[in-house]
Amino acid sequence: MFPTPIERTQPRTRFAYKVFLPIALILWLLPLLGVALTSVKPAADLDSGNYFGAPSRIAIENYWLVFKNSNIGYYFWNSIKVTVPSVLVSIGLSLLAGFALATYSFRSNLIIFFMIVAGNYVPYQILAIPVRDLPININLYDTTLGLALTHIAFQTGFCTLFMRNFIKALPNALIESARVEGVSEWRIFCYIVVPLVRPAIAALSVLIFTFVWNEYFWATIMSQSVDVRPVTAGINELSGEWKARWELISAASILTAAPPVLMFFLMQKHFIAGLALGATKG
Amino acid sequence: MKPVPAAPRRRRKRLDLTPWLFLAPAIMFFLVYVVVPIGQSISISFLEWDGLGEKKWIGLQNYQDLLKDEAFYVSLKNNLIWLVLYLLAIPAGLFLALFLNQTVTGMRLYKSLFFFPFVISNVVVGLIFSWFYTPDFGLMPKIIGFFTGEEIAVLANESLATYGIVAAGLWPQIAYCMILYLTGLNSINPELVEAARLDDAKGFKMLWYVILPQLRPATFIALVVTVIGALRSFDLVAIMTVGGPWGSSRVLSYFMFEQSLSEYGTSMGYGAAIAVVLFAIMLVFITMFIVRMIIQERTA
Amino acid sequence: MRINKKVIGLALATSFVAGSALAEQRELVINMDRTSELDQKASQDLIDAFEAANPDIKVKWNNFDREGYKSAIRNFLIADAPDIAVWFPGNRMAPFVDAGLFDPVDDVWDENNFRELLASSIPATTRDGQLWGVPYRIAGWMLFRNDELYEQAGVEPTDNWEEFLANCEKLAEMDIDCVTTGTRDLWPGAGLFDLINMRVNGYEFHMDLANGKVPWTDDRVRATFAEWAKLVPYITKDHAAFGWDEAAARLSSGKSANFLIGTFAIKTFRSGGMTDETLGMQAFPIINPDIPRSEEAPINTYHMPSGAKNKEDARKFLAFVGSADQQTAYNKTTIGMPVNKLATPPDDKYLTEAFELLASAHAVSQFFDRDAPAEMAKPAMEGFQEFMAKPERVDAILERLEAVRQRVYR
Repeated sequence: MFPTPIERTQPRTRFAYKVFLPIALILWLLPLLGVALTSVKPAADLDSGNYFGAPSRIAIENYWLVFKNSNIGYYFWNSIKVTVPSVLVSIGLSLLAGFALATYSFRSNLIIFFMIVAGNYVPYQILAIPVRDLPININLYDTTLGLALTHIAFQTGFCTLFMRNFIKALPNALIESARVEGVSEWRIFCYIVVPLVRPAIAALSVLIFTFVWNEYFWATIMSQSVDVRPVTAGINELSGEWKARWELISAASILTAAPPVLMFFLMQKHFIAGLALGATKG
Repeated sequence: MKPVPAAPRRRRKRLDLTPWLFLAPAIMFFLVYVVVPIGQSISISFLEWDGLGEKKWIGLQNYQDLLKDEAFYVSLKNNLIWLVLYLLAIPAGLFLALFLNQTVTGMRLYKSLFFFPFVISNVVVGLIFSWFYTPDFGLMPKIIGFFTGEEIAVLANESLATYGIVAAGLWPQIAYCMILYLTGLNSINPELVEAARLDDAKGFKMLWYVILPQLRPATFIALVVTVIGALRSFDLVAIMTVGGPWGSSRVLSYFMFEQSLSEYGTSMGYGAAIAVVLFAIMLVFITMFIVRMIIQERTA
Repeated sequence: MRINKKVIGLALATSFVAGSALAEQRELVINMDRTSELDQKASQDLIDAFEAANPDIKVKWNNFDREGYKSAIRNFLIADAPDIAVWFPGNRMAPFVDAGLFDPVDDVWDENNFRELLASSIPATTRDGQLWGVPYRIAGWMLFRNDELYEQAGVEPTDNWEEFLANCEKLAEMDIDCVTTGTRDLWPGAGLFDLINMRVNGYEFHMDLANGKVPWTDDRVRATFAEWAKLVPYITKDHAAFGWDEAAARLSSGKSANFLIGTFAIKTFRSGGMTDETLGMQAFPIINPDIPRSEEAPINTYHMPSGAKNKEDARKFLAFVGSADQQTAYNKTTIGMPVNKLATPPDDKYLTEAFELLASAHAVSQFFDRDAPAEMAKPAMEGFQEFMAKPERVDAILERLEAVRQRVYR
């Protein structure tokens, strides 16, 4: 273990550590705590200059007001409509591609793999103009499908990288012996590989959910109407309208952050395993 | 000569084609959304085109204009600031990871809470920090005011705005590096550490000679995601300052958006030229990273 | 795309009652950006009234976010044109007119006597000798004032520039910003430039500058900036950190004494607690008495895209929204100013005054980002913002803008 486990240190160090730990955490999350606090302050508190003190009462109605006075309900639904299919399809496609790249040796295997890895790091701006024109030309502009296809395209790269590494680390013997016995490749894929990569699928689901939910650039340039805009693009809009209403912006921020945070806490183990394995975030 | 058995040959053939069938959908997406658009963007950068009317070939004119454009140099400079300061996330993340690599009760929860900022959308991070920096409402001006006697609106100050945004960006990035190092620390060989301890290696020496070499993979990943993240920075600029005040916090990615895709920007050619420059810069780093990964792959 | 169910229901009901196979429903698609509740209500009322007057037409309203709409329009005009789209006249419509994405609507103007009734908006809606849209509302840029602060400082409101600056000095002594603005989103600062430039050099010069006919390094432009520089010390210091509504809040809460903004801000002041007693309003002070007073009042318009599928009914709709009755109704709900001469402005103290100030003005400009092309407007508004923070950089700013002018109007 490094550093030295705290149990093995002097009592004084141990005590200091235990005291400092929560303080460090509070300092680290200070901006977030401030926003959380602001989100439950009645507007009157802010108007009267009570910016940093305790709220005069817990104004949970701010959260209700956000839904009532804005389109955030639509935006939430739009985000779900985009995120869920993006997660499913990009994982599906990457399962196929990752299987191919991990278990077959053919000449261009590595080239394709590293092309996909490189594509993962490309700045979106070099793609933006043509990628935005793509759905315009086929009448998919400003639709959930158009936005989801874009996400699928970019997340599939990351997922493929991830899946390929994961499948490569699986024991090869199972697949080889199945091949020798003449089992079809499709059946090998369905009945041997897919069950084995379940943990990878779980990890990717949380990661991709978080990435797509939090994505902003494509959300802004590929969606426009109230019925397509995801919540990240929508909330920035709101903050423009409510510039002086920090209690509402704060409540909306907390709401926007909630689904990925919830996802993270529910599937923490997978999330972290995923990050460690997959290595890169878009 | 014995005839070659028919069955294996057919099998061989099938094996040759199958990977392509499995790869086809992913490659299709990759071609349509990545490879072809890069080519298209490069060709658009030689045009004068407002996205609506006729396209006019103007050769390198966009690039020449760019070299004369003050905003371009401001963006380049800010990208450099981003890159240099963002790298601080790596040692800071390592430090946090070391701090948290203990087995006190409730440690799991602590680790998750420290990791929190990474899970939150950049949009929300941007809003949180905008609030933090806002004059009148925010904490930051009060803190600055306490020490200097003058409350400063960080995001309205041309020499501070970029630093203010980078600080916001570092928050989730440090959390990210922290988690990479925490997983790295988990897989450290305890015997090596104990052996070093018997040799009386302690503190920094131990870290430098025993721990860090074992954390190499984590450091590499942290470096890749941090460099790429710094150069790709867009969200926070768009949310916190929209490039302002008077364009002083622009970065190349936002500058491109401004010129081609925003309310007042419809010059596709000019924006594409900016994107090509950003792409070229990133290509240098991407190539470096890929070469290293290929070497690793070969030796593995 | 949000379709109003009630509307469809109503339309279906009407067609059943009509009971005739000939009474076939025609669809009219309208794209608008209506974010606020009042704007949405007013637009819904307008659509309901139109459908009541034309039972054979069913309106499909696609609503957008305010900011999103500005880039969305470029795409939907090409990919999926509605029959009617909301937009702005002047240089903001120029790219669409030039690209052939809007149709001229001179016939609508002729048939409805709009050339007389909407006369004030003819210059803005004209391009290449044709009319390209129908206006429905106008917002005057006025100097709003916190009268309580004026009283506390013991100063009187004034139309005279020198006296105004002297007042500012007194207010500054009480630690009050004389003038506030919020330039985080850039545009509010352009109002100050437009009015000072029109007060110093007049409307005609201002338009020449916006159209790229005068260099930014011209001495007359420098004169404008020299006058502006006198005001800068009294402008809210961190204006670049605020949006316009935050600036409005500064006026309502007594941190700032004056704010130059469009009449659309009246409802914001009121919700900030200001009353007819405490909120004052006037035209921007006169700087050079020899220059006739011009004002700024951006117009909003409806347009017919050239890709519209139902142009016949689109023309009906344009005629409908230009009419006095509809302009009265729409602006009553939204507390805005109608363009139609026969329309009744809402019974509102400020709007009535603003209406008179505009009517008696020598000329009315649109707004810098509509009078000048977008590629010029953006860097210019950045320059205005920078100037109000760093007035000593005026030469560098003007030279930079001149370089942009030479590229943009090439």
